[in-house]
Amino acid sequence: MGKIHGAVEIDRERCKGCDLCVTACPTDVLALQKAEVNDRGYHYAYTANPEACIGCASCATVCPDACFKVWRWKD
Amino acid sequence: MKPENQVAARPRLLNERNMHYCPGCSHGVVHRLVAEVIDEMGLADDTIGVAPVGCAVFAYNYIDVDWIEAAPGRAPAVATATKRLNPSRLVFTYQGDGDLSAIGTAETIHAANRGENITIIFINNGIYGMTGGQMAPTTLEGMKTSTTPYGRRPDLNGFPMKISNILAMLEGTCYVTRQAVHTPASVRKTKAAIRKAFENSMAGKGTSVVEVVSTCSSGWKMTPVAANKWMEENMIPYYPLGDLKNE
Repeated sequence: MGKIHGAVEIDRERCKGCDLCVTACPTDVLALQKAEVNDRGYHYAYTANPEACIGCASCATVCPDACFKVWRWKD
Repeated sequence: MKPENQVAARPRLLNERNMHYCPGCSHGVVHRLVAEVIDEMGLADDTIGVAPVGCAVFAYNYIDVDWIEAAPGRAPAVATATKRLNPSRLVFTYQGDGDLSAIGTAETIHAANRGENITIIFINNGIYGMTGGQMAPTTLEGMKTSTTPYGRRPDLNGFPMKISNILAMLEGTCYVTRQAVHTPASVRKTKAAIRKAFENSMAGKGTSVVEVVSTCSSGWKMTPVAANKWMEENMIPYYPLGDLKNE
């Protein structure tokens, strides 16, 4: 069976840094920027560990601002 | 990343405006679910929403369907007229707990009792969010708000009101459910509940009520993650999730 891969794209300027996606991610892909902020002053989420993504879309499901695009595919 | 592999994206009916809600607010999730369900049912041009007064007063700015803005608490009355005049349309109200269970108690109960073919989406976060975190009828016992700084006292302020249970007792309602949006699984359940409620409205089965137990991280003075945890430990035991009525 092929390995499942995933990828997420985050709308950085829309993100409000609420941390819910970071908590929801089962494979610890996401993290909040510690130092940098977006144009609106929020510590936005970014993919700190993109290789671990399995494309489960939990982040997109809990995101209150619909910042996520998620892809999932098998080798 | 091929387009056919995409599993999640911003719904088409949610426009490009940034929502004014605080970080982590449950309103954003429910807005997205409403937009997704309307689009999946193919009702984008046949839906009329009724916006409340409260934080969700600007719902009409974010979801690209037709909207009417009602006076405080009067959304079910406005929806009654809208649905009676446009029986082929999907008519729903989107209300908070201050709007629905305090200011608009009469309108809500009588619209449900008449069995109007509308859907009521009820966001219960136990507080008046927009006006500055005052006590709502749904505020839990002992919960601190700006008008109950030492915690809500039942002898002084009454008991938290389970309005969905009251609505479930009425003959006019066909579907009353209580859901939450704090985990991916609960978000999926809430989406299914909204879909069922909208289908009931279109089938003319009566009033459907979807209560969403929500957080208000600003009003509760917590981070969004801590607010979700507090909700799980305190709100959900008092407002247990699940269907109250499903006919």
